[in-house]
Amino acid sequence: MNVAKLQQRSGPEPMPADMAALEAWFERRLEERLAEREAAKVPSMSLIATKGTMDMAYPPFILASTAAALGWDASIFFTFYGLELLKKDLSLKVSPLGNPAMPMKMPFGPDWLKRINMPIPNLLAGNLPGFEEFATAMMAQTVKSKGVASIGELRTLSIEAGVRLVGCQMTVDLFSYDEGEFISEVDEWVGAASYLSSAQKSDVCLFI
Amino acid sequence: MENIQTLDARGLNCPLPILRAKKSLNGMQSGETLKVVSTDPGSIKDMVAFCNQTGNTLLSSQQSDGDFEFLIRKA
Repeated sequence: MNVAKLQQRSGPEPMPADMAALEAWFERRLEERLAEREAAKVPSMSLIATKGTMDMAYPPFILASTAAALGWDASIFFTFYGLELLKKDLSLKVSPLGNPAMPMKMPFGPDWLKRINMPIPNLLAGNLPGFEEFATAMMAQTVKSKGVASIGELRTLSIEAGVRLVGCQMTVDLFSYDEGEFISEVDEWVGAASYLSSAQKSDVCLFI
Repeated sequence: MENIQTLDARGLNCPLPILRAKKSLNGMQSGETLKVVSTDPGSIKDMVAFCNQTGNTLLSSQQSDGDFEFLIRKA
């Protein structure tokens, strides 16, 4: 393209002729164009969900549903135990075993009681039959009483908001799952290459 | 002011007030105002971030009787 043509396309003001002014003009136009491009860009996020417990199901669904509410393109790649979060029958548990930071607090009763932490030693928690069910029931009760959404609710909200749910095909084969066990809203069953090609273009990538 | 839609998000925790606000705004016309009432203290900063990201205007953010009230004008 010659200079005359460039000058015709340079916008309302004529393109300067001397070199220094030309460079300043170019810098300014470049900044303007980059700012336009930045403003027009839809941010995107690609998450990897690898955990299948109730507590670890929250971060991917909270972040993805919120990203979608902000107008972002959001997708979650579910792999290994993360596939539990795509099951039709969501029976996620939470365990204090191997999870020493988990507070053990009463979900009901007066406020002074709810604030008391009652740590249960792992030796005890690991050997008491039904302790995991008990801890899960307590956590579910706490979540409800604090106005925090259930995982099922957050998953539905994510789907409604257009979050792309992608499952790991290898995990399905590895654990001999049947695809019928999973919700029909799973967009596709893919592998690492598909995740990476989506992650490459994403502004935010998190492994959860 | 002209008709303001109200969203009662009291008792709901993060990220529900934001998700409900987004849903309400989806059903509104550009220039209309949404009033969100919440009790989640995190929603004060989150509502600012939400409006910055979505281009909607946060007209006001105030506290009354333990509730937080936000006025958002749809872009």
